[in-house]
Parts: sequence; structure tokens; C-alpha cells
Amino acid sequence: MTHDGMEQIRSKVDAIYRSDSRRVLATLIRLLGDFESAEEALHEAFTAAVEQWSRDGIPANPVAWLISAGRFKAIDGMRRRARFDASVAEMASHYDVETPASEEPEDESIDDDRLRLIFTCCHPALRAEAQMALTLREVCGLTTEEIGRAFLISTPTVAQRIVRAKAKIRDARIPYQVPSPSDLPERLDSVLRVVYLLFNEGYSASSGMAVTRHDLSGEAIRLGRLVIELLPDPEAIGLLALMLLQESRRAARTSPSGDLILLEHQDRSLWNRGHIAEGLALVRRALSSRRIGPYGLQAAIAAVHAEAPTPAATDWSQIVGLYDVLMRADPSPVVELNRAVAVAMRDGPGAGVNVIDSILARGELVEYHLAHSARAELCRRLGRMTEARASYERALALARQEPERRFIERRLNELSS
Amino acid sequence: MQYMLMCCFKEDLWEALSDEKKAGIMKDYREVIQGLIKSGQLRGGSQLHPTSSATTVRMTNGKAVFTDGPFAETKEQLGGYHLVECGNLDEAIAIASRIPTLPVGGAVEVRPVAMQES
Repeated sequence: MTHDGMEQIRSKVDAIYRSDSRRVLATLIRLLGDFESAEEALHEAFTAAVEQWSRDGIPANPVAWLISAGRFKAIDGMRRRARFDASVAEMASHYDVETPASEEPEDESIDDDRLRLIFTCCHPALRAEAQMALTLREVCGLTTEEIGRAFLISTPTVAQRIVRAKAKIRDARIPYQVPSPSDLPERLDSVLRVVYLLFNEGYSASSGMAVTRHDLSGEAIRLGRLVIELLPDPEAIGLLALMLLQESRRAARTSPSGDLILLEHQDRSLWNRGHIAEGLALVRRALSSRRIGPYGLQAAIAAVHAEAPTPAATDWSQIVGLYDVLMRADPSPVVELNRAVAVAMRDGPGAGVNVIDSILARGELVEYHLAHSARAELCRRLGRMTEARASYERALALARQEPERRFIERRLNELSS
Repeated sequence: MQYMLMCCFKEDLWEALSDEKKAGIMKDYREVIQGLIKSGQLRGGSQLHPTSSATTVRMTNGKAVFTDGPFAETKEQLGGYHLVECGNLDEAIAIASRIPTLPVGGAVEVRPVAMQES
């Protein structure tokens, strides 16, 4: 083979690695029953591919070829070790070695394996940060360094989280399976929570390395697509819609100097129409299932905003109605606060202040800066300037993100002038 | 694979319950245990006397020193343990979630038992 031919194969293998290595890994974990051996086998399979494909050409089904090769490499390795340790010989015989390398696993089972991998990485018996690190590493294929950069934590910390999580999966025997239908809603919850946490990490954090964090939102959307492709649950569809609709506003959310721009002041021509169209179609799909949950409802609210040509033309009654349903489906003080803002838009700022005051009077959200800045803004509109200033000052004392602090300071300055 | 289910609960909350309520919980408990015996999953376990009966032994300067009370002073006390046979963690978690003292506050720690490989 010529040098150029070799290079061509190498870049083909690289492309297959990027698009398919995680599917191969997911199946190898099932076949070998262990994350470590599967990863080792994955890399050996890709090394073997460069060599053998340069000689014989690329096989018709590269994914199936890589799985078979990885499995044989793993069994080979066990046999080699078995010469030194007779007790391992039994393990090697444990795996069915009769299957010839040419036999192609069915694509359907490969897809199931990817879903198994997602559920295992997001198993509720693992800590949230371990679930996230493991999902990014094993399902998305990010390196430990990339994950560390994204979360502003050191590479050894990420590595330790992943090693610990894998040890727990092995020692406690966390099953490598898609949960049974009766357990599915609860277990899907933790998968969706990880995906949404990932998205928010990339979407709302304005500190740190913006580019890497933007990638996290992209990864979350990619995972969201993968989950609904494998398991078209209405809440999973709702979550993907919600992420796309929020992501559609990314370019309009901050000024060139990095300052926050509120929804009502955003330049709507900057909103990503492709994301909106896809998000709206998904919301309709989720709604038509009649099994709509918190993610679907939040997506429906985002959809009403996305459909409004101007802030004034927003259908606030519909938004309040959707928040009412959301309050029943997933009540929380934060949802109540968001509902209060919508009520203010529908019925006037006084009505909104009353709702916020009743939340604060219960002792809830008193440490949450957005509750105070929302109250401040509504008081300002009512001309209650002293109260507005006091609430903005309270918000400033609680806000931690730099762009948010700048935003509140600007508002305070406007009140003084 | 065997899992140890360590049932911790709040002794003061338990003591505050009416006798009737306690009897109801213990009846439910017997049912859970009977179920585990029938399914062949129970490998051992027992209720423990309250932590007031506990003595903790530590070593200081090469000498055993006894103290009155449990190993750790926490809000929840170890009240009993069960050893169960399960295929994987999810099965063990499913059994742990049925422990009838959970609703009165407390926790069940689930840990795989490290078996000696023969």
C-alpha cells in the first residue's frame, strides 16, 4: 500500500472512531462485562483496524468488525494471562469464543447497548457529579482533560471520580441494563437530569472558558437526540425541545461585552430559527402524547416565548396557564417565582409583587438573588423606588456570577440617576 | 452475590411512636422477612438491641479501652441488619426500599459483601 493510501485509511479510521467508537464500546462492555477490559479492547480493535484495513480494505460493516475484533483481542489477552495464572483460564472459557469474527451483531442490539451504557452511567446509586463525568467520558467520549476544563476542576479529580464510579459499578454490581418498564420513569429521571445539568453547565455559566462550555450544551443536545432516538419517551422529547428552544437564544443573551440581556430586550432576529422550528415540532410531539411532564411543560412555555414576534405580543395568559399546570406537576418555589413574573406581565406589576412577597413571607427563596431582583424590577415599574433599591441591594449581596452582578449594579445606577 | 442491608433509624423517633404503630411496623417487617425466606434470598440477619446496650472497644497505647455507646454518634442508629442474596445492586435496592422502618425516618445502607474467591 502506498503512503497516501495508508493515510487515507488512517483518516477513515479516525472518522469511524469519532462517529462510532462509543457504540462499539457500549457493546464491548456488555460482552466483556467490565468497563476496563472493554476500553482496552476498543483501542486494540482500532489499532488492528488500521493494519488490517490497509491490507484488505474497509469491511462492509466496520462497527461489527470492530466489535468482533475487540472481543477477540480481549479473549486473547485473557488467554495470554492465563498462562501465568491458571485461574483466569476459566474466565476466558466463560465467554463464548465459538462465534467467528465475520458474524455481524445486529444493529438493534448495538443501539440497546448504547441505551444500557447511558442508564448505567446515570445510575441513581452514583453521585450526580460521578454520573456526569462518567456520561461525558463513556457515552460522549470526552477526554478526562476536556471534562476537567469544562467543570473547572483538575484532571486528577475527574479521573478519580471516574475510577471510583467504575469501581462501584463493578463491586456493587450495578446492572448493565435498560430498567424494566416499572422502574423506567424513575430511572429515566436521573438520565434526563444529567443531560439537563450538562446543558445548564454549558448554557448559564458565563465564567470560565466559554468555548468549552458551549460544547457542553452541544453534547447535552446530542445526548438528548440519542436518548429519544433510542427511547422516544414524551419527557425525553420535552427535554430536547426545551434545550433547543433555550439554545436558540444563545447569540441574543449576551452583549458583545459579555453583559446579560433579558428576554424582553433581546434582538429576536438573532434567535436561531432552525433550533426554534425543531423545538416547536418536538413540543407538539410531546404534547400530543398526553403524558406531558415538567420538561415538556417548560418546553411549552419556552415555545410560547419563541413564537412571539415581540415581547408585547407574548401570550402571557397561556404562559400563566402552563405555569399553573407545572405547579401541579412539579411544584417548587422557583417555578412559583417564574409564574409570578408571568402574572405581573398579564395582570400588572402589583399582582406580581404580591405573589413574590407571599413566597418570601414563607421564608422561601430569601437567599435567591433572582427573587429579589424580580421583585425590585416590579417595584420600579410601580414607582416604589425605595423598595426597588432595597431589593436590588439584597439581590446584589446574593448574586455570585460576575455578569449578573454587573447587571444588578447597572440597574441600581439607573435608579439613582 | 450477597448484600448487607444495614438498617439505621432514629431511636428517639421510634420510641415516640405509639405501641399500636410500632406493632404495625413490626408486623410489616415480619412480612418482608417471610417473603425473603420464601424467595430463598435471606442469608442471615437480626434486629439489634438499642444503642444504649452498645459498648465500643478502641485501642489506646496498645491497651483496649471500652466506651459506653455506639461507634458513631449520629442521628441515625444501626438497628438491625439483613444479609440477602441478589443478582445485582438494583435487586438489593428494591429489597432495601421495602424496609418498613424507612417511613419513620432513617436509612438503609446497602453494601456488597466481599466474598473470598475460592
